[in-house]
Amino acid sequence: MSDSTPRSQELRIPSLARVEGETALHLRIHDGTVIEARLKIYEPPRFFEAFLRGRAHTEPPDLTSRICGICPVAYQMSACRAIEDACGVVVDGQLAALRRLLYCGEWIESQTLHIHMLHAPDFLGEDDVIGLSRLHLEHVRRGLRLKQAGNAVVELLGGRAIHPVNVRLGGFHRAPTRAELRPLEERLRTALDDAWDTVRWVAGFEFPDAECDADLLALAETGTYAIESGVPTVLPYSATSPPYSFPLRDFTDHVAEEQVAHSTALHSRLDGRRHLTGSLARWAVSGRLLSPLALQAAREAGLGDPPSHAGAGRGGEVCRNPYRSILVRAVEVLYAVEEALRIIAEYERPARPYAEVPARAGTGHGATEAPRGLLYHRYTFDGGGRVTDACIVPPTAQNQGAIEEDLRRLVQAGLDRGEGSEAELTRLCERAVRNHDPCISCSAHFLELDIERIH
Amino acid sequence: MSTPVPPQPPARPRLGVFKFASCDGCQLTLLDCEDELLGIAAELEIAHFLEASSEPAPGPYDLVLVEGSVSTPEHVERIRRIRADARHLVTIGACATAGGVQALRNYADVDGYLATVYARPEYIETLATSTPISAHVPVDFELRGCPIDRGQLVEVITAFLAGRKPAIPNHSVCFSCKRRGNVCVTVAHGTPCLGPVTHAGCGALCPTYGRGCYGCFGPAGTTNLPALVPLMQRDGMSEEDVGRYLHTFNVTAFTAVEEQELPGTTDGEGLG
Repeated sequence: MSDSTPRSQELRIPSLARVEGETALHLRIHDGTVIEARLKIYEPPRFFEAFLRGRAHTEPPDLTSRICGICPVAYQMSACRAIEDACGVVVDGQLAALRRLLYCGEWIESQTLHIHMLHAPDFLGEDDVIGLSRLHLEHVRRGLRLKQAGNAVVELLGGRAIHPVNVRLGGFHRAPTRAELRPLEERLRTALDDAWDTVRWVAGFEFPDAECDADLLALAETGTYAIESGVPTVLPYSATSPPYSFPLRDFTDHVAEEQVAHSTALHSRLDGRRHLTGSLARWAVSGRLLSPLALQAAREAGLGDPPSHAGAGRGGEVCRNPYRSILVRAVEVLYAVEEALRIIAEYERPARPYAEVPARAGTGHGATEAPRGLLYHRYTFDGGGRVTDACIVPPTAQNQGAIEEDLRRLVQAGLDRGEGSEAELTRLCERAVRNHDPCISCSAHFLELDIERIH
Repeated sequence: MSTPVPPQPPARPRLGVFKFASCDGCQLTLLDCEDELLGIAAELEIAHFLEASSEPAPGPYDLVLVEGSVSTPEHVERIRRIRADARHLVTIGACATAGGVQALRNYADVDGYLATVYARPEYIETLATSTPISAHVPVDFELRGCPIDRGQLVEVITAFLAGRKPAIPNHSVCFSCKRRGNVCVTVAHGTPCLGPVTHAGCGALCPTYGRGCYGCFGPAGTTNLPALVPLMQRDGMSEEDVGRYLHTFNVTAFTAVEEQELPGTTDGEGLG
């Protein structure tokens, strides 16, 4: 594992912890310069796109939820939207509101999991949430309570927190009564306080300087912070390029996947450039549509005001520091709690729990904002409603290029500061990857850092 | 599924959690035990749990929870090393106990699958099959479900700490439905339901929400598929529909039951 030249060195991290999935990293360093950083995702292939073929049009929501135990609702929602699009059905009214409520539950629990259990230990010098609980028990307890509130929403609406069973095409198998939703209100009101306290807590962390040099891609929705629907919208990195949107049906014309030898996850480029999806992109594209309370929290947390018009001009602040993504996540949790309370307050049980979605031949597209970024699905059906083709583009596969560039810059900066030891570089790289809340089962579980220093 | 967890674990036993091909949902269930997590951490030293901790400690471990199926050549080696380090090994979830949803490849042409998903299949190393952990090493207890149930996971850990056998019933979802007071979706609404042949554990969730059970906990201890299949067909499913229903999240386990109970009806071809 070492090069023979004195200036060559390889380093392996046997496993990247506190991420969802398995991945490895290969760094090539020449004379103190990082030439290449390659994230090697080698989650064993599970072939979802292949075995979806031949399945009935009703099946992808349950099947694709098994791609990821951390964001199953995202898979169910993107799949439903794509299939309904193919079948010419639009789900609206209270059924759409219930879907947003379910998704808010996943946002609360999944983002809280990342904030407290996976990401915060990096800022506080702990290895895990158990270590964290020794020094910061109050914060950990609050995190567990907040996460439980999110899980309670998903469990009530979906039956269980992981791979919920109540979602179906057109809506739900069963819609709750108003009375059934009521117990959630009290829990969510406590959660609102907990979410505020979480924002204040993470705002006190120390954030290293860093900037992610990538275009930002998120869904944009009229009048609301996009979660369960929207139009793909890009805020280019180049200050001279204006923001732009494109129709969802053209997604794979813009976001092109390519396979690389070192990874089982496909790499993708947005109009030929590196791009990032997720909390930083959502803040840049839709931040101004957050609630007044969430915007106030964002200002208190030091995020400033979001860009004023993602679709027209600039102004406001775009946050490109991946370390600070934890701030945006905390603000998003606060927003999701508020949204959940709003939806419950306005809820009227619909006459039917779902709209009929009759099968027909065609192709449909669906995209939603998974906690860690834009998740796109496309299905083609034959006349009998059988899947003939499936295409799934998860957020982490899209973010891979930006994460690699991040790693390259951070390791270079580390080397320039004289932090060249195996332990220092390992810590730096692990943090850099965790900043992006990668969901590697959506594509892996092992970070093997493999640094090659060549002459 | 056979050996009971023996008595008398040491004072603060060491826990290892390991992942193979899976979605992470079953190990996440441990982090979803919000009310019990700190208590579990007080009773058990969480020595290896990559999803939660960045300081994995080497074995031996007193209790190992394994999530995921064996699907690459590297997995075959790794599960043997983990078994050698584990005093008790418990598999958690449908992937680890029945190969999981990715075992659909076992009945298909994997080269065809590779070509469907990857432009350059030669870069990918995979086995033609996705197999349960018990196909490779002895397993002390198998916890069912896609995903596992939080209450059942806490019961397994508690039983381990108490040195007794986990109280996980082997009966079907129908029992849970009755206990919950649900009206039978098949009898009342003609909804096809795999509840009569599916292992209990979820608390009869699907019927509670008005849909038929789709078998995510795998086959119950005793099943009567020859009686159930015609009933599902009566309720509007074609033979192919029933096949797809059974061959999803616990494909290898239900296939084994079918081969036992319905000789000649499963040729192992063309599933999904």
